[in-house]
Amino acid sequence: MSIIENPWIIPALPLFSFLIVGLFIRPVSGKLAGIFGTLSIFCAMVAAYTLAWQYFSLDHHGGGARSALLPFSFEWLRFMKGMTVNFGVMVDSISVMMLTVVTTVSFLVHLYSTSYMHGEDGYGRYFTYLSLFTFSMLGLVVAPNIFQMYVFWELVGVSSFLLIGFYYQKPAAVSASKKAFIVTRFADLGFLIGILVLAYFGYQVQLGGVGVNAGQAVDFTFLSNPEVLTKLNEMGVLTLALILVYAGAAGKSAMFPLHIWLPDAMEGPTPVSALIHAATMVVAGVYLVARLFPAFSAAPNALEVVAVVGLFTSAFAAIIACTQDDIKRVLAFSTLSQLGYMMFSLGIATMEEPLGYTAAMFHLYTHAFFKALLFLGAGAVIHSVHTNDVWKMGGLKSKMPITHFTFLIAVLAIAGIWPLAGFFSKDEILSAALESHRYFHFYGGLVIAGLTAFYMARIYFLTFWGKARSDNASHAHEASAVILIPLVILSVLSCTTGWIPFAHFVAIGRELPHTGINMAVAIPGTLVAVIGLLASFFLYRTGDAKTVDGLVSGFGGLYRVIKKKFYFDEIYLFVTHKIIFRFVATPVAWFDRNVVDGGVNLSGWTTRKAGYFLTLMQTGQLQTYGVWFVLGAVVVSTLFWMTVN
Amino acid sequence: MGILSWLVIVPFLTTVAVIATPNPKQIRWVALFGTGIQLILTAVVAMKFWALAGAETGEHSMATHLCMVEQFDWFKSLGIQYFLGIDGISMSMVMLTSVIIFTGVLASWNVENRTREFFALLLVLVTGVFGVFLSFDLFLFFTFYEVAVLPMYLLIGIWGTGPKEYSAMKLTLMLMAGSAFILVGFLALYHTAGQSTGVYSFDLTKMAAFQYPTEMQAWVFPMIFLGFGVLGAIYPFHTWSPDGHASAPTAVSMLHAGVLMKLGGYGALRIAVYLLPEGAKEWALFFMGLTTINILYGAFGAIRQKDLKYFTAYSSVSHCGVVLFGIATLNMMGLKGAVLQMFSHGIMTGLFFALIGMVYGRTHTRIIPDMGGLAKVMPWLAVCFYIAGLASLGLPGFSGFVAESHVFMGGFFGNAWHSSTATRTLTILAAMSIVVTAVYVLRGLGTVFLGPIPAYHEGSHHDAQGTHGTHGTHGAHGAHGAHGAHGAHGAHGAHGVNLAKLTDATFTEKLTTGILIACLALVGVFPQFMINLIESSIYPILNRLH
Repeated sequence: MSIIENPWIIPALPLFSFLIVGLFIRPVSGKLAGIFGTLSIFCAMVAAYTLAWQYFSLDHHGGGARSALLPFSFEWLRFMKGMTVNFGVMVDSISVMMLTVVTTVSFLVHLYSTSYMHGEDGYGRYFTYLSLFTFSMLGLVVAPNIFQMYVFWELVGVSSFLLIGFYYQKPAAVSASKKAFIVTRFADLGFLIGILVLAYFGYQVQLGGVGVNAGQAVDFTFLSNPEVLTKLNEMGVLTLALILVYAGAAGKSAMFPLHIWLPDAMEGPTPVSALIHAATMVVAGVYLVARLFPAFSAAPNALEVVAVVGLFTSAFAAIIACTQDDIKRVLAFSTLSQLGYMMFSLGIATMEEPLGYTAAMFHLYTHAFFKALLFLGAGAVIHSVHTNDVWKMGGLKSKMPITHFTFLIAVLAIAGIWPLAGFFSKDEILSAALESHRYFHFYGGLVIAGLTAFYMARIYFLTFWGKARSDNASHAHEASAVILIPLVILSVLSCTTGWIPFAHFVAIGRELPHTGINMAVAIPGTLVAVIGLLASFFLYRTGDAKTVDGLVSGFGGLYRVIKKKFYFDEIYLFVTHKIIFRFVATPVAWFDRNVVDGGVNLSGWTTRKAGYFLTLMQTGQLQTYGVWFVLGAVVVSTLFWMTVN
Repeated sequence: MGILSWLVIVPFLTTVAVIATPNPKQIRWVALFGTGIQLILTAVVAMKFWALAGAETGEHSMATHLCMVEQFDWFKSLGIQYFLGIDGISMSMVMLTSVIIFTGVLASWNVENRTREFFALLLVLVTGVFGVFLSFDLFLFFTFYEVAVLPMYLLIGIWGTGPKEYSAMKLTLMLMAGSAFILVGFLALYHTAGQSTGVYSFDLTKMAAFQYPTEMQAWVFPMIFLGFGVLGAIYPFHTWSPDGHASAPTAVSMLHAGVLMKLGGYGALRIAVYLLPEGAKEWALFFMGLTTINILYGAFGAIRQKDLKYFTAYSSVSHCGVVLFGIATLNMMGLKGAVLQMFSHGIMTGLFFALIGMVYGRTHTRIIPDMGGLAKVMPWLAVCFYIAGLASLGLPGFSGFVAESHVFMGGFFGNAWHSSTATRTLTILAAMSIVVTAVYVLRGLGTVFLGPIPAYHEGSHHDAQGTHGTHGTHGAHGAHGAHGAHGAHGAHGAHGVNLAKLTDATFTEKLTTGILIACLALVGVFPQFMINLIESSIYPILNRLH
């Protein structure tokens, strides 16, 4: 069976695993659930690589983008005539690339988890959720239209919610999972409205006879059609719609100011952070912008928003990362920063100058591996020392040699040291900035690269160098083989993936010239990385807090503000609890009970009182009735007399 | 006797059988048997309907006409007929009702107090509901409508909890007031058509052939729409619903929120919009605004509720708002979405109330802050509750998502008679509910099921009744400041019940919840089946609008 004709098998495998594990295996045996889940995702991975092989072996007649295939599609929902949502599997260069990334990282995380989660309560439940997540993510990646994307977008959101809240008895995990879901849901509102706008105006465009053959109004093929885009621009809605859609992307990819959920999401099990909150789900936003890139390219203002927000988030997160002490939170902020990097790379690209697009996808690809490696390495450390605080670690270099070595590779990779993967992709992003004359982004990117090297080296030195600073750290031991195998595989990937001639596989618009390393970028890029690493080396090599105390107090209040993450959590808390709950929800509840319902009770009360007063008239005394009779007779006769005259 | 008559007769015969059953222990089995037959009968009708109408979809489908019609004169001189028929809209509602009553009987498995009367009234009510969904003669429709609404008074007043007499009275009076409007509207339609054509008839299809004067439609439409709207919990006539649901026993809440509230939406669509298209055009924007308030107001109201039943009731106000909002869009997608939302909300609330009954049966409290960490001891119920909650916040894969996306699409696409700016603004406002819903669902369920189980203190018993709303001090719980906050109310415990010692669902309970979840997921994953069913029958309504 040719995978390229039946690519549905790739998302179907984890779905199958989800159903079988969730309904039948989990209640019986957790261990079996782990094995079954891991095996099925292994099959999906093999299928994904086969697909990649087959797809990239197809004839490719020069030019930029490879053609997209739609080997599998069926009508899922028909809103009305001319407005149909098809579910299907779209095979093109970025979806194939993402399929390999998602299945690879997911498989390694599954494997790692069989050991890492060993003995946890809810082991089977964990693998059920992982399968659900993998299925949803694969469904998102292969979506041929924006509606399917949204459907799976929500599903990855809920699987992320379930996994962050995996330790459901821990209040911090519970509130983190809620926060993640609600913040992204808020962003998804923008996405949903964006879809409504695109669907409505796309439909109007089709009624006008444009792009009738380009598919349904929600299809990506339709939204990439230049005539359609021109028409949408003429209607003046493209920019607005794309900014709304970007709101959804910014939520999922935790762009400022919707970033607050991602650091808290680290309450989930560490392998989950590696899979969802580093390598796959959080890049969905970047992927969405890339998917809609032709449309974004036709709306320069929307693209500018992407570029500016991306760069700002990247710098903002990098600054915060320098001050955090929780190893997973540093990694989380580093993820934010790298996502911002990818976003701004997309933001500075255009269909005419598409290097930024390729570079963003390249960085997404390499980042997935070295960031997953960082998280899994951190997980191995946490598993061993039972703390997330880097100041309670130290001296693990000799006790966990393999973890140390793989972590070092990842740190160097993310710092952008030749010949590791991060060097190449970062180099390409900076080259793109330089080539499109976006000097602000270029220099900004350089500074962020320096900061990245600094804070990554900071946690590296604090974790592995110096002396053990807690009992647990001094009794640390190397992790089990099942944990180490994924680390080794990922470190190999972190070394090698940079050498892939990525532009040959993933490109859009015009063909990119084959250029080697751009020395005008590589030299300053390496220089800032080395400066960052060295600064860290001098400050944190011994793990002695006194070395840095002087520096910290030098920054004074600024340091505290940064350490408190610019008080964004507090601001959000204030807005939701103090403003929305207190000034909207509570008054609504009060209004309903007292005013609206009061009105109902009032009408009941009035009726009863009226009835009561009428009963007063029924005295049973003939005299009273006589008086009423006489009075009535007088009134009636007077009225009669008046009418007659 | 046609098959549709059997759909009305079977629940009635079951009622008789329940009354005649000598042994009170066997009553529930009799009721289950009867409703089981009804479920099978519904499946047969559905298959028959599908064979008749399902082959072709869209404008030319057979489902645009009534199927399996049974029609004969009842009071000939007044033009009153016994007229049953079925189309896609009725079909989906009948399916909903059969599922809800079947699971409702399962959920009432342990009713001890006056079992016979309880099941008899429940089944009478359902007889009325089936009658309403199948009648196409307005007189017959109204008769069944009253049969469906009245037993609720006794069901809540006798088997309820809390201030049950007050709630029962309020519910009945408000719904009766709605009925009065409906009745006056019906008579006005009957007379106007009769006077100008010379043929007096309550036949819905005949009345639909008559073009009512526009100025008359302009005042009759809001009367009938609001009359039905009361039952559909339209703002500001929704307050019977939280009290009513909170006081009602489990199965009654299920039927009431699941099915009875759908009569409102069904009537508003089938009668108000169908017969009075001009009135609909005139008033739709107003009602769109009113139902937008419903949607948001219900959702915000739900955030602050302390009692699980009030919580669900406000959520229902929000979701029923989506139904009426969909109807007010007056276009294909909105109307389809409205019908699907009725189905979806019916199953979903049925599930919610069934689950609340199950949880309450264990904890003996419905006060959200008094519970915590129940997922540990009742994982099945927790999972089901979360599924219901996720369905409620419109997660793809469940029917609610399909329905809501239709309604929002419909609202955004708007119609030819109203300013697109207005309809779009209202749609965006209404769509905001997806965020608010997420907030209250996750907060509410999180407090009940997640976190640590509150410590149990011997003798920390305090009155379960009437404490909602007085728990102001619990305001800080939940979302964010969760560090240790949960431990703080350990002293409240849960009314002398050790939460850590509770047990998970029984077989009956698993069956009940399983059936309802299967319905939600089936329609959510394969929506086109239901959509086709509904779509064909929307055409006649839509054609009259143009």
